[in-house]
Amino acid sequence: MAKKRTVRSIPQERTPVRELDPVVRAANFEEVNCGYTEPEAILESTRCLFCPEPKCIDGCPVNIDIPGFILKIGEKDFRGAYDVITGTNLLPAVCGRVCPQENQCEGVCVVGETLIPVAIGRLERFVGDLAIKNSWVNRPYIEPTKFRIGIVGSGPAGMACAADMAKAGCDVTVYEAFHEPGGVLRYGIPDFRLPNSIVDAEIEKLEELGVKFECNTLVGRLFTIEQMISELGFHAVFIGTGAGYPTMLGIPGDSLNGVLSANELLTRCNLMKARDFPNVDTPLPLGKHVVVVGAGNTAMDALRVSKRLGAKTVTCIYRRSKAEAPARAEEVHHAEQEGIDFHWLSNPVEIIDDGEGSVCAVRCVRMELGEPDDSGRRRPVPVPGSEFEIETDQVVFAIGTNANPIIGQTSKLRLNKRGYIATDDDLMTSMAGVFAGGDIVTGAATVIEAMGAGRKAARGIKAYLGIRDTGPIERDEAIFGISSREHNFVRVRAA
Amino acid sequence: MTDSSNQKFLIVRREDFSDVTFLLEISHPMMARAAKPGQFVIVMSHAEGERIPLTIADFDRERGTITLVIQAVGKTTLEMQRNCQVGTALYGLAGPMGIPSHLSDAKKVVCVGGGLGVAPVYPQARAWKESGAYVIGVLGFRNKDLLFWEDKFRAICDELIICTDDGSAGIRGFVTDGIKLALEKHPDIEEVVAIGPPVMMKACAEATRPSGVKTMVSLNPIMVDGTGMCGGCRVKVGETVKFACVDGPDFDGHQVDFDDLMIRLRRYKEEEQVAKERWSETCRMRGIGSEAVSVN
Repeated sequence: MAKKRTVRSIPQERTPVRELDPVVRAANFEEVNCGYTEPEAILESTRCLFCPEPKCIDGCPVNIDIPGFILKIGEKDFRGAYDVITGTNLLPAVCGRVCPQENQCEGVCVVGETLIPVAIGRLERFVGDLAIKNSWVNRPYIEPTKFRIGIVGSGPAGMACAADMAKAGCDVTVYEAFHEPGGVLRYGIPDFRLPNSIVDAEIEKLEELGVKFECNTLVGRLFTIEQMISELGFHAVFIGTGAGYPTMLGIPGDSLNGVLSANELLTRCNLMKARDFPNVDTPLPLGKHVVVVGAGNTAMDALRVSKRLGAKTVTCIYRRSKAEAPARAEEVHHAEQEGIDFHWLSNPVEIIDDGEGSVCAVRCVRMELGEPDDSGRRRPVPVPGSEFEIETDQVVFAIGTNANPIIGQTSKLRLNKRGYIATDDDLMTSMAGVFAGGDIVTGAATVIEAMGAGRKAARGIKAYLGIRDTGPIERDEAIFGISSREHNFVRVRAA
Repeated sequence: MTDSSNQKFLIVRREDFSDVTFLLEISHPMMARAAKPGQFVIVMSHAEGERIPLTIADFDRERGTITLVIQAVGKTTLEMQRNCQVGTALYGLAGPMGIPSHLSDAKKVVCVGGGLGVAPVYPQARAWKESGAYVIGVLGFRNKDLLFWEDKFRAICDELIICTDDGSAGIRGFVTDGIKLALEKHPDIEEVVAIGPPVMMKACAEATRPSGVKTMVSLNPIMVDGTGMCGGCRVKVGETVKFACVDGPDFDGHQVDFDDLMIRLRRYKEEEQVAKERWSETCRMRGIGSEAVSVN
């Protein structure tokens, strides 16, 4: 940087990213966002001001050194950029895709005060994809400790915690109830937003760190949390089982055939690959006229999956207005582009039976926004006499989840009023050595927040076990022919 | 299905009760240790397979095995009947799932099993016998050829009533007739457990409703994950909606809305038919029809 960059000197427009044509992509499961090319990434990197006091780092739940990796991109040192990111985030290809950056790093970006903020998410993804393409792995030098860590759930919280504990020299085993690891990244987020190949690649990286994945293992029922400590020899346990238990609306007709949770739709489609039925055995009856209730990210996924499965009309019903929709703006925008109909300020009141136990229509009422409620958003209230019906053969509820009861049923862990696991500030539960984080503690949130919780719990576990990170150690000698400079050594030692 | 003897979920024993019903004993020492009466597993027979819930019919902690009894009715179970041989392994086996049956301190109980339901009611009958209760078994089959486990039940029941639709074994009639016989003979029966097809469990609940004897049923709705995550298995129990996988599978039979359950079980009827026909066609083309089924 010869001259100091200012908001006036940088490219005023954000570098656009190629996306698949909405008409073409609405009929397939290819990834919508094609990602930056190398010249595009370098161009966008020139929009970063390298602020003396960057706000973006604080805006990131895992505090990635964002200006640091953008600087490396500008220098065309992409491997260096990868090393900077993986210093704090092991899954850049995932987070670059699914983080709600507009509310996090990009939301506080100084450039964003005047212009569109730096496309931090797209840059992160660029680096993550390049790492997968080139099989870069940052395998730190790990000094083994004698500790064994058991992790319950292989979703983002569990993966993040596993990565940190493996780097700290612990012997880590991750248990997953499904037959494939990845949690919500696998069963929930569809391929057009996060291809399964990316999840596979990130899991492989963890395996290279020595993390073991044990699928088909329902902790709580096959063995309990208490048994993990007392019999299976784990020195600490992290529970990241997710929220689970989908909410049904509790209106007449919500047990009719054709009414299902977004979790069921997405699991059948993504994990069980039911879109290839009958080539695979799991069925997924396609609705011709699909209605999705809710406007969060899960709702957007359900809408766009339904469109891709061949539904003629796909309608979103949400009781508040577009401004209050919890989904990422980009997701709503993509859904609109793909021809999803949005009925803002509408609420279903009854699902109507076709006489044979299946849904044929949903009756809704128009809403208007009243006084702000506890969440600070204006409370929607029904407009009397405004009922209307939408013809439909499939209604999908994407209105949130409640706490999954299994761990509560099978352990003595203290739960909070809503059934989530109670923890202290370090994410330790009421049982010594047992930590918890992610949706099972906070209720439904985002992938990166779950990863942040996994990392925070890892810090708590290290403190509990008396492990202390000593930071990177510069050594010139090559151990087993591996250059330490290239491989970002982190040395960890038991205190 | 993979042939590898050191693999997980290895099938160590198989027994064919009839041309539709067969038993698999699967090696899983940890699950054998954890399993309790009333719990179920989710099975995936191969990587492209469905996840299907099956009630644990028995578990042997010393041998380190669990036992499943399966009826070949749809594509997945027909395929399992053909492919699941001793020495092969299941692709996936997760469990034990669900809340174990509550073993009440009832002194006199009736354990009712209809058809395939005979298998899952066995561990509960045995547990009651072990706890000192007077156990009356009522088993129902369409005919004598389908009958299985009579000896196992004789060994643990104080009384055993076999019912067949055509009278070819035991009394002629349904399990509800057996329940009525038992209730007439023993006015002090405190609890009935009924496991079988929904229509049978509904009839059992109706048979005991007049006397008000507590009647527990084990529900088998369609599931995907079995861990409370998809809600596909939701059932109406009284005024509330429950997920059979994590809130059950046992519920008070007098509270369950069986009509709703039966409608929901028809959800994938068309797809089930498509899959089954396609599979039969594949078998026919490969020349491996029903003769390949009669193994052992």
